Amino acid sequence: MSKAERLREIMAAEGAAVEANTQGFNQGRYDSVADLEDYEGLKDEARSIKEDAIERLPELIDQLQETVEANGGTVYVAEDEADANQYMREVVGSDSAKTVVKSKSMTSEEIEVNEALEADGHDVVETDLGEWVLQVADESPSHIVAPAIHKSREAIAELFNDVFEPDEPLETAQELTRFARDMLGERIRDADVGMTGANFVTADTGTMALVTSEGNARKTVAATDTHIAVAGVEKIVPSVDDLQPFVELIGRSGTGQDITSYVSLFTPPVDGPVVAFDDDETPLSAFGDDREFHLVLIDNGRMSMREDDDLRETLYCIRCSACSNVCANFQQVGGHAFGGETYSGGIGTGWEAGIEGLDVAGEFNDLCTGCSRCVDACPVGIDIPWINTVVRDRVNGTSESDLDFLVDGLTPDEEETSPPLQKRFFGNFETVTKMGSALAPVSNWLAGTTLSRQAMDRFLGVDSRRDLPQFQRETLVEWFADRDVTVEDSQRRAVLYPDLYTNHVQVERGKAAVRVLEALGVDVVVPAIASSGRAPLSQGMISTAREHAERVAAELEPHIQNGRDVVVVEPSDLAMFEREYEKLLDDELQEPIAQHSYEVMEYVFGLLENGADPSVLGAGSGERVAYHSHCQQRTLGLEEHTVAVLDRFDFDVVTSDVECCGMAGSFGYKSDYYEVSMAVGDDLREQFTDPETADRTVVASGTSCLEQLDSLLERRPTHPVELLVE
Amino acid sequence: MSIDLQAFEQSLTSVGVAAARVPPDEVAAAIEQFTTGPTVGVSLDRDGVDLPDSVDVDPTAAALEEATTGVTPAAFGIADYGSLVLPSTDGGSELVSLFVDHHVAVLDEADVVPDMKAAFERFARDIPEAYGDAIIATGPSATADMGALVKGAHGPSEVRVVVVEA
Repeated sequence: MSKAERLREIMAAEGAAVEANTQGFNQGRYDSVADLEDYEGLKDEARSIKEDAIERLPELIDQLQETVEANGGTVYVAEDEADANQYMREVVGSDSAKTVVKSKSMTSEEIEVNEALEADGHDVVETDLGEWVLQVADESPSHIVAPAIHKSREAIAELFNDVFEPDEPLETAQELTRFARDMLGERIRDADVGMTGANFVTADTGTMALVTSEGNARKTVAATDTHIAVAGVEKIVPSVDDLQPFVELIGRSGTGQDITSYVSLFTPPVDGPVVAFDDDETPLSAFGDDREFHLVLIDNGRMSMREDDDLRETLYCIRCSACSNVCANFQQVGGHAFGGETYSGGIGTGWEAGIEGLDVAGEFNDLCTGCSRCVDACPVGIDIPWINTVVRDRVNGTSESDLDFLVDGLTPDEEETSPPLQKRFFGNFETVTKMGSALAPVSNWLAGTTLSRQAMDRFLGVDSRRDLPQFQRETLVEWFADRDVTVEDSQRRAVLYPDLYTNHVQVERGKAAVRVLEALGVDVVVPAIASSGRAPLSQGMISTAREHAERVAAELEPHIQNGRDVVVVEPSDLAMFEREYEKLLDDELQEPIAQHSYEVMEYVFGLLENGADPSVLGAGSGERVAYHSHCQQRTLGLEEHTVAVLDRFDFDVVTSDVECCGMAGSFGYKSDYYEVSMAVGDDLREQFTDPETADRTVVASGTSCLEQLDSLLERRPTHPVELLVE
Repeated sequence: MSIDLQAFEQSLTSVGVAAARVPPDEVAAAIEQFTTGPTVGVSLDRDGVDLPDSVDVDPTAAALEEATTGVTPAAFGIADYGSLVLPSTDGGSELVSLFVDHHVAVLDEADVVPDMKAAFERFARDIPEAYGDAIIATGPSATADMGALVKGAHGPSEVRVVVVEA
């Protein structure tokens, strides 16, 4: 089955349920964090606790071991899954068949402890209702927090009615819950061993925090006399008061609850009577509280991740699922497609690369488009797109292609290894565009023929259902060089950065930007400057991207020295300057670029705020506009500036609230992902074709968004800056 | 009424928990109002505050299984969240608050802290001695795993609070 077919199948079977649930969680997150007085401060605090904890991890493991043993429990540090399972098999014992009840734990999924214990004849029962549904259905989790998110109520009812044949068929969520509670309640009462995960474990007191809603983790511990807790070594934090920011953030970031029903703060072995549930004579207080406690800390690759400068941040992850819920692609396909052996979503790439290996991570890593919406959503500020880029780069290094000769002339990249052909094609898009413009319009005609579209599909995986960009014969730089405009008494001086698309394809928005800036008293130049490196970076070609970044820095430097601001039309390139160049360049090269760069509408906003005269430009006179900002622009916090400027010019603006348009650079062009891209775009199409928006002028900031909207709508979208010159 | 207490009562309402604030001598009556069916409980250990006679204090496990309502003390409340901190006790407080469909918690009005920060100052100071095994419980137990939000998953579907005036 091809990748496209597999994705199509998963979307058809699970897409609707996954979409409804994840989008609900995502909206819940926005609503819930808005109530916090100092959300950003809390995230910073959480981040620094994790940085410190991972830095001091070996020392904290030792401290925790001492503390737990002093409390009367044991700690076992397992090197890998076999080691962990061997230890737990010994704890459970093999003298008789036991019932082991479990509360939800992704780490226990990772090491597949159920299978190990079942092989010894034990009965292992998942008590989280979602996990239990999957155990009954023999399926794997599709989401790290809500594991059965892909199953609708109807599907669960059908499953239960088939398997358990209840007297009255089950139908409502209430009935299904009651049925599961009763079935599992009996198993819990009779259980011998309780197994839990741990969201956090404190080294100072040996206290573990368990974040749950159903109450099954509480019961699992209270009803048994042997408690095994399984946790990755990264779950350790230094002290009890370190738990506070996480307790406030984890529910909000994940399912959008201010706090989940229960946060258990257990300091095992847990107190409280160990009772026999059928005893009708002994009062509860007369039972003893003797419990065995075993904390099994799992390494399984984590200590190596800690030594890996690019994967280390993965260990800060608190498994809240924000990066899954916010991700436009995840919302369509879920964790069965966007996931590996255990972990799914954006951060899943880091986990799977570190725990399972690059081959597993490489299977789903291309579903991350680098839109960066997860960066703001992550409560510990992990640069998840960067982890995906690095893993892609490493995966590229393992691939072999014998078709490289096809693109060698087009692809003067810096890669030491040989990324797949498709990635080299898109990664070297600068060369493609240069040839495209030089040979336009012939290049456009040729590229558009059936024959060449078939060849592009076959060799490059460029989907033939997509319209290709139309290269303009005259680039923005050439157009500008032929003009003779001087701005009298200029208020400011600026370089308009001729990004690849504005220079070669969407030249009109570049011309509009120049005219608007000049009208507002800015002395503008448009020199030829290297492309940002966004194209190779998005293909995981980091060395090539770095080489672009170095050229851009060298070419912009004299202009910045000369007192010019850098105005950027394409938001994905501004995001490169401000975010990714931090990774690609030394601070002394990156910081001046980031400091002096502005998104074009942000710059216009600044000019107006500083007294520029808006009357020289065209006013909207109440024109009704539908605006889709760009994913990376929103992550930079720059959507509001465009809206404010359009307001100022008397446009009536509504905005989309989808996380991403779905095109995301090359993603939507790829045959493997065309249908995912269109499914993501469909949400945007719906928003811009409802009665309130159907007749509005459509504007969008990013090249990709404009191309996607062009394919989704009858109306032709433009860049907002073009509205100001009409 | 203190600002914290006022905020606490508002938060309780927003998480679906009904509360009654009464003087010590009316606690038993207030609890009685909140109980349904066979009721078990653990001793409140507060001077001048009693459980109603109908409550089976320190029940057997079999009585716990039959009970609909469980009455336990709460150590303190967290105003911002409407959370109750439930300590584990030798008398089986954890079992009595969990293996029932209705939980009634009894809390002194002085024992309300404003926010999570203040709550963790207490935990940091008093774990493991006072709150070695404590639950921060907010609203009823719930699940969305069966296709819609359902109150009352493994734990209680109803939670009520009796706040004892100073």
